[in-house]
Amino acid sequence: MKTLELDKIEKAGRQPISTTGSLAVIDALLSESVTTIFGYPGGAIMPIYDSLFGFRDKLNHILVRHEQGAIHAAQGYARVSGKTGVVFATSGPGATNLVTGLADALIDSTPLVCITGQVFAHLLGTDAFQETDIINITTPITKWNYQITDATEIPEVLAKAFYIAKSGRPGPVLIDITKNAQLQLFDYIGYRPCIHVRSYRPNPIVRPEYIEQAAKLINEAKKPFVVFGQGIILGNAEKEFQSFIEKGNLPSAWTIMGMSAIPTDHPLGVGMLGMHGNYGPNFLTNECDVLIAVGMRFDDRVTGRLDKYAKQAKVIHLDIDPAEIDKNVQTAVSVWGDCKETLPLLTNLIENKSRPEWFKEFEIKKEKETTTVIEKELNPTEGGLTMGEVIQVLNELTNGDAVIVTDVGQHQMVACRYAKQNKTRSNITSGGLGTMGYALPAAIGAKLGAPEREVIAIMGDGGAQMNIQELGTIMQFQPNVKILILNNSYLGMVRQWQELFHEKRYSFTDIQSPNFVQVAKAYNIDGRQISQREELREGLKQMLDNPSSFLLEVAVLHEDNVFPMVPQGKGVAEIVLSKEEI
Amino acid sequence: MKQEFTLTVYTENQVGLLNKIAIIFSRRKISLDSFNSSPSEIENIYRFTIVIRETETVVKNIVRQLEKNVEVFKVFYNTNDEIIWQQIALYKVPTSVIMKDVKVERLLREFGARAVVIRDDYTVFETTGQDDEVDNLLKELSKYSLIEFVKSSRIAIIKSSEGVHKKVLDMEKNDPTNKPINNEFLNHKSMIFEM
Ligand SMILES: Cc1ncc(C[n+]2csc(CCOP(=O)(O)OP(=O)(O)O)c2C)c(N)n1
Repeated sequence: MKTLELDKIEKAGRQPISTTGSLAVIDALLSESVTTIFGYPGGAIMPIYDSLFGFRDKLNHILVRHEQGAIHAAQGYARVSGKTGVVFATSGPGATNLVTGLADALIDSTPLVCITGQVFAHLLGTDAFQETDIINITTPITKWNYQITDATEIPEVLAKAFYIAKSGRPGPVLIDITKNAQLQLFDYIGYRPCIHVRSYRPNPIVRPEYIEQAAKLINEAKKPFVVFGQGIILGNAEKEFQSFIEKGNLPSAWTIMGMSAIPTDHPLGVGMLGMHGNYGPNFLTNECDVLIAVGMRFDDRVTGRLDKYAKQAKVIHLDIDPAEIDKNVQTAVSVWGDCKETLPLLTNLIENKSRPEWFKEFEIKKEKETTTVIEKELNPTEGGLTMGEVIQVLNELTNGDAVIVTDVGQHQMVACRYAKQNKTRSNITSGGLGTMGYALPAAIGAKLGAPEREVIAIMGDGGAQMNIQELGTIMQFQPNVKILILNNSYLGMVRQWQELFHEKRYSFTDIQSPNFVQVAKAYNIDGRQISQREELREGLKQMLDNPSSFLLEVAVLHEDNVFPMVPQGKGVAEIVLSKEEI
Repeated sequence: MKQEFTLTVYTENQVGLLNKIAIIFSRRKISLDSFNSSPSEIENIYRFTIVIRETETVVKNIVRQLEKNVEVFKVFYNTNDEIIWQQIALYKVPTSVIMKDVKVERLLREFGARAVVIRDDYTVFETTGQDDEVDNLLKELSKYSLIEFVKSSRIAIIKSSEGVHKKVLDMEKNDPTNKPINNEFLNHKSMIFEM
């Protein structure tokens, strides 16, 4: 992209031009084709905001209401669009407010470039006003971070930041820029994107012999089982993955982060893994003979007790990050590399086999789950509304085309268990960190990242109050997001654990809520509260049909539990279908 | 089984890297028996020598976490029989005691120590060696009014290593994670993207 600064350089006959550090920052963003920034200004980043003022037509800056909102919005933006999310924050409290989002983005491999202002370089280490050592604070929660104290470093460091954030296994990068560097005039020769950092190897080379070994194992398997994660989405390898499982006729289950990489109703999709995943895929993990893990990291919420996890199986692990191989589960064959590259190679070598008995086992388990859990959850006829039936009706109305952004808790598990999703990048949730307060800002970002798509934030009454201030951002910038609060009057997931494992001692989980609809209305957002089964469809329809944002609060059963469940400390095959089994 | 491992970490020379490396251990509550940073045989590439007691499985995982760091080139881990390693120690003893006692002189010879400073009031001895050599002298000198003692961290040379450049290339041939091509640039600063 030809930026204004570049234009000037050309006019000057390719001679360096004198530019401020802050203009170089803007120029870097334009060169990287950034269109959207989520941020909040303050003293130490004012020069950058001042330069931004002249570029409001090119850079859409979303003024959030809290820096945590900015970074979650950037995450939502990155997750739906595949682009790198960009965040601005000031020094001190502005920067520390990013901490939760950085940790979240690192563990969920979300590409972000966060730019924080910092006090003048000569004040570093003096406990100056709003000085915080954000580099050391964020070192363990960023893929890379760097402090710029001299403007001449800006073009190259930002180029490196964008390269590192997006390449290999993506992640958040934080660049801290002292105020003097933002103000400093220097000789600028234009922006050059970074394509190589000598000590950094984002993409391991693929070794054919490992592919061959993996294919051999798969071809010999009687009960092969594929478990997949977000790596497929991050690698844009959805098609390659689908061809792989279809050619091999391989039953495949997703982690919460891998959800929507294939349509949720794909005939080879056998459901979700994890603590509240489906019965069959969890149970049969311990029955398969070859376990093929693709772009997933064997999180403990997926494996349950490790020494009881898939011990009978030979494990093939495809991942781009060498540090994930053998970290939790020992592999028989590790296929290191970008799955966009490795999957087609593997697909070439595998045979199509029918294995009807093996599929039958999944069906039997599915039937059992359906009769004992799913039927009751989705089609209750009496009593209060369940979360599951809300999702069910939503599916019917959206036909699985919406982006579902969930917060953290019971509603998250229910939404991910039952939501229908046809397209990739439809499931936006805080997987690894489990950050309450994620959904509302992430939905704002998701809508900006995929304006053509319907975006629905699904939250509990607890999480809805954790970043509720972002209703102000919706009021001001008008992204059309639908807000669905499933109100059970409890911090539901914690209450469930208290019921099941702490003798029902409900220690501080009964949480009071404001009148959410009135709160929304105060922000000029229309809303409605419903509690009756008869109103459900129509209420959801009203929400979806509303031309702008809309908040729908649904009062659901107070003490419903999410099942199945792999209780903590238990193996995946010890998954239970009801309270009585615990 | 836990045993002593020496990790050799080749890195860029960048402010803050020390912390980035240290927190990989502290996060896992692994204490460092020894930690040294120094230049390497390649200009502008640094090497850290770190000693920990751990199982090989843990060490392998840590090595990968270290290598994940953007500024880390390569990490090797070795058991003690695969390396040549040394530490240096300084001992400050009252000169009066030394002068009086012939046995001390004999001891110093036995332990291969040298006097680096001799003053009226005190004498400073130096020895290099492995833990037990250094510690044995410490034990002896403690009997003779030892005033001060300090021991350096471990530095180690990998026996089989032919210098990092070649070693890096060799390792990469057997190591599916690495593209040897990247390291052709190791010694050519001008050809690479730099800060
Ligand atoms: C920031 C944060 N604090 C605390 C928790 C622990 N936690 C996990 S789920 C949960 C309850 C969530 O309640 P609510 O938002 O009402 O959703 P529900 O489970 O009822 O659907 C809590 C407190 C968390 N995940 N994140």
